[in-house]
Amino acid sequence: MSVHEQFAEDLALYALGALEGGDRASLEKHLEECASCRRELEQLRGDAALLALTTSGPRPPARAKSRLTDAVAKEPHFRPAQMRAPLWGVLGWLATAAMILVAFTVSKQNTHLSSTVAKLSGMLEKQKSESEQARRIAEVLHAPDATSYVIMPVSMKNMPPSGKAIYSRERSGLVFMASNLNPLPERKMYELWLIPMHGAPVPAGMFKPDAHGGAMVMNPPLPVGLEAKAFAVTIEPEQGSATPTPPIVMMGAGG
Amino acid sequence: MIAADSYFLKRARRLSTGAKNLGLNDGALVSAIRAGNQDAMAQLYDRYSSVVYAVALRVLADAAAAEDILQEIFMQLWRNPGAFDASRGNLAPWLAVISRNRAVDVLRKRRPQMEITENLISVEPDFASDADRGRIAEKIRAVLKSMPAPQRSALEMAYFEGFSHSEISEKTKEPLGTIKTRIRTGLMLLRKAVEAT
Repeated sequence: MSVHEQFAEDLALYALGALEGGDRASLEKHLEECASCRRELEQLRGDAALLALTTSGPRPPARAKSRLTDAVAKEPHFRPAQMRAPLWGVLGWLATAAMILVAFTVSKQNTHLSSTVAKLSGMLEKQKSESEQARRIAEVLHAPDATSYVIMPVSMKNMPPSGKAIYSRERSGLVFMASNLNPLPERKMYELWLIPMHGAPVPAGMFKPDAHGGAMVMNPPLPVGLEAKAFAVTIEPEQGSATPTPPIVMMGAGG
Repeated sequence: MIAADSYFLKRARRLSTGAKNLGLNDGALVSAIRAGNQDAMAQLYDRYSSVVYAVALRVLADAAAAEDILQEIFMQLWRNPGAFDASRGNLAPWLAVISRNRAVDVLRKRRPQMEITENLISVEPDFASDADRGRIAEKIRAVLKSMPAPQRSALEMAYFEGFSHSEISEKTKEPLGTIKTRIRTGLMLLRKAVEAT
């Protein structure tokens, strides 16, 4: 066991929330400096969670679910519709980076402020949701395993479309930005595909370009822990496809 | 982009609607919740509401108060799904710990002691299914039953009643050091029991 023996018993009490006074203060000071004790604390909290899982009893009343679903419906949080793709051009990536940086900074400020006013304002709740999304994006961009995939056109045309996907397998997070996309035929959409190391391509979001050919996909639902070999874009029916339909518009591997 | 946005909602909805068939894990459902998918939220509720409610009820012995905790915890998950880090553990024990902490706060009539984002726990077994949870719970109950009564009592007083080590020492008339040792060795016994499964 790598945990410091002199703190072993106090760590167990701390994991249960049962340590008080000077012992608690000393342990918290030690925890700030000791990674192995922090890991042991996580383990002990997991051990304590086993106690919680031994509880059994009646299921919650049916009204509790109605109450929750009503509350959830009244408090919709982040919708991708709230995000707007800026004009993509030479400065597009810089604008995106600046937007994310500002959003992340605002997120941190909001987190601080919300501790005092969160209960007072419904508006703040909404902003917290948006900040959470910004934080998620920043997490993906700064994740140690974040890999960028530069996606180039398979067939060159006048102004070639291009895209950039930043993907974190650990966080199942993906940010994809594209520019110079050609307009789509009626009832068609672009579809982004995650091409895993093994197995079939996985849908990673559908999108239509704005009037300037720009588009953005952020954190679509993805299976957890999938290792990406490449990303590709195809044109699909609006309802999406189970497999990519040739030809591939853009494709790029990580690097 | 608007069309793409509506697609996300449709796809997230489709993912959660077919989640049982597709065997979506907790992380995928939480991702769908991040995308604003209310059906994914309902599915997670169906999966874990009984865990959250049972823990709160055990601590508070008050059905109405336990229901309030249930509501509060799932609304927190809805507002801040990023608080759950799938890479660090399973959702069942994470929710159970949050439920216990909130319930003890209510019992002790104190302000919340810990934000949900601070609940870093590490549990190896997969508790996603009722069968898994039932199997592990039976194992832990057996270990608790096999413990000397004072040790089991110390663990339960700390965990389900929210007593501090000094309060337990005072109530049981046992030295502080004895209480500390009992609690630590008790948790170690639980860990070994799970590692052996």
